[in-house]
Amino acid sequence: MTVGANLVFALVTKSWQEAGERSQESEVTDTGKKVFDDLKIAAFSWAMVGPLTLKFFADYGAAVIRVETSLRPCVTRTSAPYKDNIPGINRSGYFNHFSANMMSLSLNMKSPQGLDVAKELIAWSDVVMENFTPGVMDKWGLGFQELKKIKPDIIMVRQNGFGVEGPYKNLAAFGMILSAIAGIPNYIGWPDGGPLPVGVGAYTDSISPRFASAALIAALEYRDRTGKGQLIDLAQFETALYFLMPGLLDTCVNDREPVRNGNAVEWAAPHNVYPCKGKERWCTIAVTEEVQWPALCSAVGKPWLAQDPRFDTLKRRKENEKELDEEIASWTKERTPEEVMNVLQAAGVAAGVVENASDVFEDPQLRRRGLFWPMEHGEMGAFTHLGTSMVLSETPAQAEAPSPCIGEHNEYILTKILGKTDDEFVELLAAGALT
Amino acid sequence: MRPSMLGGYRALDLTDERGFLCGKILAELGVDVIKVEKPGGDPARKIGPFWHDQADPEKSLYWFAYNSSKRGITLDLESVEGKSLFRGLVQTSDFVVESFDPGVLGKLGFGYRELRRIKKDIILTSITPFGQSGPYSRYKAADLTLMGMAGELFMTGDSDKPPVNISMPQACMHAGADAAVGSMLAHHHRRMTGEGQHVDVAMQHSAAWFLAQTIPHWEMENLILGRVGTFRTSSRGTLQRQVWPCRDGYIFFFMIGGQQGAKTGYQLVQWMEEEGMADEFLKGYKWEEFDMATATQELIDKISRPIAEFFLTRTKKEALDAAMSRNISICPLMGNRDLLEDPNLAARGFWKPIAHPHLRTTIPYPRQFARSSENDTETRFRAPRIGEHNTEVYRELGLSADRVEELKKQGVI
Repeated sequence: MTVGANLVFALVTKSWQEAGERSQESEVTDTGKKVFDDLKIAAFSWAMVGPLTLKFFADYGAAVIRVETSLRPCVTRTSAPYKDNIPGINRSGYFNHFSANMMSLSLNMKSPQGLDVAKELIAWSDVVMENFTPGVMDKWGLGFQELKKIKPDIIMVRQNGFGVEGPYKNLAAFGMILSAIAGIPNYIGWPDGGPLPVGVGAYTDSISPRFASAALIAALEYRDRTGKGQLIDLAQFETALYFLMPGLLDTCVNDREPVRNGNAVEWAAPHNVYPCKGKERWCTIAVTEEVQWPALCSAVGKPWLAQDPRFDTLKRRKENEKELDEEIASWTKERTPEEVMNVLQAAGVAAGVVENASDVFEDPQLRRRGLFWPMEHGEMGAFTHLGTSMVLSETPAQAEAPSPCIGEHNEYILTKILGKTDDEFVELLAAGALT
Repeated sequence: MRPSMLGGYRALDLTDERGFLCGKILAELGVDVIKVEKPGGDPARKIGPFWHDQADPEKSLYWFAYNSSKRGITLDLESVEGKSLFRGLVQTSDFVVESFDPGVLGKLGFGYRELRRIKKDIILTSITPFGQSGPYSRYKAADLTLMGMAGELFMTGDSDKPPVNISMPQACMHAGADAAVGSMLAHHHRRMTGEGQHVDVAMQHSAAWFLAQTIPHWEMENLILGRVGTFRTSSRGTLQRQVWPCRDGYIFFFMIGGQQGAKTGYQLVQWMEEEGMADEFLKGYKWEEFDMATATQELIDKISRPIAEFFLTRTKKEALDAAMSRNISICPLMGNRDLLEDPNLAARGFWKPIAHPHLRTTIPYPRQFARSSENDTETRFRAPRIGEHNTEVYRELGLSADRVEELKKQGVI
């Protein structure tokens, strides 16, 4: 198969400031109250699952320290895109996207002094989080049993790809592999084509953090009530299956594998993606209730379609779905997706823009709910950080600090948190423990 | 039996399919979750697939999946009697989770302000398509609409075809899971201060939270990453395959190279060499030099050709075995039948058989989303039948058996 270009395309330049500075009504008010006044987390976190979990704590007031090393920086620090296209450990759009409100400690875990600092940090912490391949923490002597010796009521959250134990524990556990092994691509594609991966890539990375966070907050209460810490072992693989349960039960009970039917569903028609005016512009339309069908026909200026015997019931519309989609596409392709959304939503029909990155970046609903936090980053300057995924009325998430440069908080953590003297700090530096 | 983390708390779950997952997560952490349905049953019981394809409200597998571990009652929230019963229930509860359109609960007399009057520190968690307010809050939406407006849909599919959605609804999953986190965040705050609050979760917003791989490209490079089907792309538009046909299905693999990915490259080539399928170029290739950001399309194609031919001669099982024994970053695309027999899930006891006496059968469910060294986090029991726990729950409220019968006759429950 030949591979075409033209799949990545540049659009008109729009600076981030334009979107960030546009005056927007915001859902979020600063109440001055925080969920976590006194929670401390030491994070040995890698790639995306770790940081996305930490966000649920850092954004609500917890002190979150990322233990990193420039000797083997996180893959998200060494991936393009870089600010101004200049590679640099503090310049990647990935790492900095989702690391707001966290501190960075650079520590050489292979040096004895570095490992000692890690242990002091653990003694200070309520929670240790990690998502390496099983074995990495244990190799450092930081498995759960060892952590308990350092801090008896520690809560350790491990989010390995396949869990701490099991035959797959050493498999590479990045999101593409996990999505495939959970079978997600089986649910995506056309009747005459093969399975397709989720477009956003490491899709499972978005799933596990929610489960881990809910369990961790519950475990904090259990600790406060009983004095007992614990090990929470989540397999990213398994949490992904929670998002697909009806399909799995269908196989158990009816011995049926998922089928690929494009965007069609049995219970609604029209229900599809339609082409709009402009290059790569699309809209969705879903008529989910019978009353919406005549409403749609009137809204698109074809009221006669509602009585057309090919389309007058859901059953007939499903039988003649190809012609139905052609009728609708002939209307949508003369319009922008925004026009389609406005006209049909005004008629009470579910319709929306198929938003690309630029559309999401500017989406007024997402902006006002705090999905993005424009902040000034130490090395990159103006940069939009990922914000919150929900709105709490009394203790909303707050953008307090930009993503950290590697080791940015070394001195603060060692002298102010761990109580080292200036001389001791300099000794650690000289010993190469803080790299 | 081991204790649960959150034993002693109660949640009233008024959600439909938009919010089922929230209560399911709370229930498995130990909360007594009571699913409140309207008399006759929740319309979401009509969502398939069904047990042996029998479209019956007591046989929805969708319902089974996300309402297991919850008890179930029926209650008419529009009747005077029903409202009074609900007030009694709220007084005994710590969380109310709902997914009505914005304003509906308020019209029933149970908005956050009213609930707070009934129970001062109540936590109300609302799950809606777009949120409680804002320009889109009154918009109608199906999962397709929401995944489209969350930026996920645009990127999924073939480059020469329209975007294509994941056929298992996902926006409700992202939102349901976020709602569980939000409820727990609010609960932690309540534990510290005694103050409740309203958690506002939006399906579009929750589904859009994971665009780390697209938003920075737009902001920093003015690039909009489009659909590349079974490939992966770079900022320069080069493409490499990630889904490879094999003898009995598909293998997922892509080249990373560099310091981190070189090992997989060498191991794969060695495997190919042992099978006599590596060409001279691959045998001599220095994988440390491969970098997707700079690799030319010609180079990618040259590496890919023999790999594609090799994978065509392998099975899914061989790929998985090689991943484990040779430490290669590849994996097969699993089917659901594969998952039901998967050795890793089996070793961790992931499938838990749960009895459905009315269907005279037992169905395996995911046992737990997290294993705990201290607490019970398992799926506890099957989803409730319509009004199954009416007597139990209303008797707990102090109603007599006769009174419960009376309310049934009046159609309140």
